[in-house]
Amino acid sequence: MSAGTHNTGVDGIDGASQPVAAIPDLDSAIGTDIFPCHHCGTVWQGAQQDEQCEVCHAPLHRRRIDSLNRTWAFLIAACIMYIPANLMPVMITSTLLDEQRDTIMSGIVYFWVSGSWELAIVVFVASFMVPLFKLVALIILTVSARRRSSWQRLQRAKLYRVVETIGRWSMLDVFVVSLLTGLVQIEGFAKITAGIGVAAFGSVVVFTMLASLSFDPRLIWDEVDPEAGQATDKEQQKKDMND
Amino acid sequence: MQERPDLIVCEECDAIHRRPVLAHAEVARCLRCGAELERDTGSRLERLLPLTVASLIMFVIANSFPIVQIELQGLTSDTTLFGAVMVLNGEGMSLVAMLVLATTILFPLMQMLVLLYLLLPFAHDIHDGHRPGVKILLRLMQIVRPWGMVEVFLLGVLVALVKLSNMAAVVPGVALWAFGALTILLTVVVSFNPRYLWRILVSERGDGGEAVR
Repeated sequence: MSAGTHNTGVDGIDGASQPVAAIPDLDSAIGTDIFPCHHCGTVWQGAQQDEQCEVCHAPLHRRRIDSLNRTWAFLIAACIMYIPANLMPVMITSTLLDEQRDTIMSGIVYFWVSGSWELAIVVFVASFMVPLFKLVALIILTVSARRRSSWQRLQRAKLYRVVETIGRWSMLDVFVVSLLTGLVQIEGFAKITAGIGVAAFGSVVVFTMLASLSFDPRLIWDEVDPEAGQATDKEQQKKDMND
Repeated sequence: MQERPDLIVCEECDAIHRRPVLAHAEVARCLRCGAELERDTGSRLERLLPLTVASLIMFVIANSFPIVQIELQGLTSDTTLFGAVMVLNGEGMSLVAMLVLATTILFPLMQMLVLLYLLLPFAHDIHDGHRPGVKILLRLMQIVRPWGMVEVFLLGVLVALVKLSNMAAVVPGVALWAFGALTILLTVVVSFNPRYLWRILVSERGDGGEAVR
């Protein structure tokens, strides 16, 4: 077992500049009898799938249960909701004279033309770029993980980390609309109501977050199908090869 | 099954490493995928309790006072975070109201209270590791962790302020500053990975794990 290597440097790995061949060939726990608990990080030897971790009492799993199917399901839901989220009004402003219906995009355009282009960029990134980026990135990750692709593993691992970090920021518009709705309630003068689009938009954010939480980044590094690739199966494979 | 305290497995790529001995403030990273394996938590844990208490105080202030007041043709209007949630709820947007309530009030509050409960006896050594419900609460904290979004809400408030400043006079309230402070405090508190709390509160105390069972 080549588990002897460890790195205590703050910088850790040199990152993108390293060629793929330079990534150290470490053993994955899945091919051995080593079984880490995903909740508390305790490492067990000789444990079985679904056995309880003795430290935190969570059931032990090699990979997140049904990871790719669940990720797909949430992704499809998010893609569907993405359409009404961008087409339906998120905010309705009624004043004495008129009623204005704003979608996500028209809100951004309003910031842009009224001169606060910094905010236009912030909202554009958080409300438009981030959800789109997350959907595309998660589709790439899920498809490549399902095909057990060895393509750009380190870059894909980093991509997943980015998706996890930025995902929450697309809630921005939901909060803006909520606060404005609560605040601008001057009877007969000016009133802001939340449009149905904000519910759709919120659901996109929740679905993409659930998708990225369901995705198991360990699948990026798996050489064989983890569902069939339990320790016993792998031993079986080795035996078969020897035969 | 047998525990292997000498090993550590990368959470993100499943690579097996020998558990490193870390010096002060050192971070170990996975050689294969670059994810954080372990971090020296020595002095940070002592700071965690005062920070948690401070964030709870800020949380109370941030939610008791209006975030912002607007003035339009002599008429004024203000709202707290909870007030905004209630208005949303009253407009038939109950799901959105629940989402906002959960991500900005319930989940952050839950995280802070759980941390307070777990750290208080630890700091004063009243109990010998016997705290009922530690395991459930720690797991709850891990589940809730990605869903607390106070910092995103703060940015949302700022965007809303600029949006309003075009149509009305805007007076920032006490709660706005409290939210700013709360965001900074929570960033430090929540960045503490609950996995390390497992090590500190359950495994390393040994008897603690036995006592609960």
